[in-house]
Amino acid sequence: MSELLAQAQELLARVGDGEEMEVFLSRGVETEVQAYQGSIENLSSSSSAEIGIRILIDGPQGARVGTAHAGSLDEDAIAEALFNARDNAHFATEDEFVAFARPDGVAAVSLSLCDPAVMATSMDAKVAMAIELEAMVRGGDSRIRQVDSANYSDYLADAAIASTTGISAALERSGAYVSVEAIASDGGEDQTGWGLSVGRAPGDLSLETAAGDAIRRATRMLGAVKPPSSKGVAVFDPRTAATLWTILGSALSGDAVVRGRSFFAGRLGEDVASPLVTLIDDPTDARHFAASPFDAEGLASRRNELIVQGRLQQFVYDTVSGRRAGVSSTGNAVRAGVSGSPSAGCRALQLVSGDCDQEEIFRRVGYGVFVESLTGVHSGVNPISGDFSVGITGLMIRDGVLAEPIREVTIASTLQRMLLDVLYVGNDVQWLPGTASAQTLAIDGVSLSGS
Amino acid sequence: MRSVLAATDGSLKYMSDTLVARDVVQRVLNESMGRGADFAEVFVEDRSNASASLDQRRIQELSSGRSRGAGVRVVVGETTGFAHTADLSESGLLTAARAAAAVAREGRGGVREVKLESLRDYPSRAEMSPADVPKAKKIELMMRADEVARASGDAISQVQVGLADSTRRFLVANSEGVFAADDQVRTRFAVSCVANGDGGMQTGYRPLAATRGFEFLTPESIEEAARGAAQQAITKLSARPAPSGDLPVVLAGGSGGILFHEACGHGLEADAILKQASVYAGKVGEQVASSLVTLVDDGTMTGEWGYLAVDDEGRPGARNVLIENGILTEYMWDYLRARKEGRNSSGNGRRQSYAHLPMVRMTNTYLLAGDADADEIVAQTPRGVYVAQLGGGQVNTATGDFVFGATSAFMIENGRITTPLRDCNLIGNGPEILKRVDAVATDFSTTPGTCGKDGQQVPVGCGQATMRLSGITIGGTAT
Repeated sequence: MSELLAQAQELLARVGDGEEMEVFLSRGVETEVQAYQGSIENLSSSSSAEIGIRILIDGPQGARVGTAHAGSLDEDAIAEALFNARDNAHFATEDEFVAFARPDGVAAVSLSLCDPAVMATSMDAKVAMAIELEAMVRGGDSRIRQVDSANYSDYLADAAIASTTGISAALERSGAYVSVEAIASDGGEDQTGWGLSVGRAPGDLSLETAAGDAIRRATRMLGAVKPPSSKGVAVFDPRTAATLWTILGSALSGDAVVRGRSFFAGRLGEDVASPLVTLIDDPTDARHFAASPFDAEGLASRRNELIVQGRLQQFVYDTVSGRRAGVSSTGNAVRAGVSGSPSAGCRALQLVSGDCDQEEIFRRVGYGVFVESLTGVHSGVNPISGDFSVGITGLMIRDGVLAEPIREVTIASTLQRMLLDVLYVGNDVQWLPGTASAQTLAIDGVSLSGS
Repeated sequence: MRSVLAATDGSLKYMSDTLVARDVVQRVLNESMGRGADFAEVFVEDRSNASASLDQRRIQELSSGRSRGAGVRVVVGETTGFAHTADLSESGLLTAARAAAAVAREGRGGVREVKLESLRDYPSRAEMSPADVPKAKKIELMMRADEVARASGDAISQVQVGLADSTRRFLVANSEGVFAADDQVRTRFAVSCVANGDGGMQTGYRPLAATRGFEFLTPESIEEAARGAAQQAITKLSARPAPSGDLPVVLAGGSGGILFHEACGHGLEADAILKQASVYAGKVGEQVASSLVTLVDDGTMTGEWGYLAVDDEGRPGARNVLIENGILTEYMWDYLRARKEGRNSSGNGRRQSYAHLPMVRMTNTYLLAGDADADEIVAQTPRGVYVAQLGGGQVNTATGDFVFGATSAFMIENGRITTPLRDCNLIGNGPEILKRVDAVATDFSTTPGTCGKDGQQVPVGCGQATMRLSGITIGGTAT
């Protein structure tokens, strides 16, 4: 048993009469380096530990839960959190569906998510990567005028969750990233491009990929124009497609569905998407950056088929939203850090790949817009109504190939329409940080607002 | 750290006035400078959060959080070393100081004795501290908001109410002698509604937020927020798709200030300026906006969401005029960027928590009111869009291109506000759009927001009076 899990188990002894208790512990070490003009701009190294406690009290009309968290595992911090969680529980409304997770017999897969090389790599080597990344971008193209930031960061973290209802789970993970933002300039016009590479340890990272992406994206935007308004096909690159799947994933949350906050509510079994769309949530797939053997309630992760050939097959649930809907948890409890109670969410989305690469999609589409970046996703996409309107940058597609770059335009449709209007799915899957992987995606019927 | 565990009003609290004693701060700074550094700073923070949520007529959950810790930064030449710790003992702080100072590799050597000024301690202006408010009292307000929202119309199918407060006490000291402490109390209340109609679901949202205590939330303001959120969702049930393309846009007073936050606010932050990553770099003294635009960033607006007595570097909050009658007059500065230019910080050094490095951030950013009449501005717009509420935005400071989202908008036809429109983003280029401000009214008001930059979130205020843009691209679907 991990040290952290043992500590979590030990804390359960403090449960009071008539209570259930859940303890969530997490700790980590992080390094972050930012390079600028050939030297270190910022270097930070830190460690942190956090605790989240939930207390459940059963009553005649159901259970009540109170939560509290603290940014330290000191005894006085733990004592205060426990006191507050217990006090908070008394103010919730009794709810027959509220309960803590109980072991459900599903075995957790074994995943290797932690690479000790994160710790074994020297600080000097990490600093050198950030500095080299900046130099590669500055030297990669004469039109690169500035590198706003070139970053290396990594972490090693472990977490444990234990409850008086029998939950006992621990996991360890590591991650390493490089990212860089370049500004290209030509005749007084500036354009930006961003590149990244992710892995579980420094050795997984490709500086060439990150630098190349930033340079290509920034330089090929030079000369961008504001195109006239039109309606037609939008082709999303894997990065922007991943954002779309993440938003759609939030509407597939059983929590949103049972609360009447999803346009998918009441549509199980219906054709909600093009037959090309088979969407799976699978945190047991180690290729996915968000892979994990357990969910945020400590239940085993599992593979869930959400949309199969366009047909809405199922939603994702945690324990409480599952009880409200009369189904079992699908192992999809998620929470932001250690604070608060979990809710249901997609964890590792992947779309089943199509049969063609990006160039082939351009060729088949003939005329349209290629989307390389999205802005205003938080302000212009409403996952409850389905309204979708975002700013983009990208390039026109003419005669089946990329043509002039475009800027200061929006694309708009509704999420409902976009799913039905999927024309092509690429085979160029990218495993990205976040909760969705993606491949190039072509969607019809999208309004482009420009001049 | 002198802290005792004591029970007051049934809740445990650490009682500590100074967070960390003066002599300890002094020794930590000396240690930070010891390997040869140009600047060192210790930031100690103790934050308590409480939140409560109501959903489906039930008080779903109350949550409490506590985090205490310190961040130490050490600057050597152009390099900053940073380390943070949750261990506020002297040994914990010294360990963080040595980790931060490890960037001073060349070792200019020599201990430098730091002389701290006498503590400048700014008390909270909250009249009712969150810790003194019975939880039952908070719940009562939330239940009331739920009732009022549901009573606003049969179409309301879901109501969510959230109440959150935070008490943030910090102490900041640096090698130049700065020694200051601040108590910041913030309270936030929000109502979200879903309305159900034949054409699907629509949403309404109203936030109330201030750098004040519980006294800020009155039954009247809560009821108004609940009614506003419900009405917005119901009105949008009959919304039609927003237009696609360029039209004149009238922005209602308040949340329209987000336009300036995005169109030029971020671009006037000195970190972007010094890296030549802003379209406004090198433009001081130039006409960058219509002469109707006078833009101010003001940390001294007591009670506003972006108010601060001192910033997170110990610099008093200030009122800074950024654009005056269309002429760019000044950027916003934190300590580090100001030091490079041999000038003073403008009081804009902020950080999300002790675990983050400070950077240049806005406080309350607003457009000064003009002298036009708000109704007249609409009446003199033959065809356009009236935006009653904005929901956020985003900018690329290097290109100046920005978006902002309309969460409540209407068509203007023949000088009258008519059909409601579905949610959409508007897009423009900062320097071009600022020149298209062709009317500003007198009805100034502000709105709270959360600003994210490089992964750090800080509370900010935005403000303006009703104003018009002669044209901007609206990202709808209707042609």
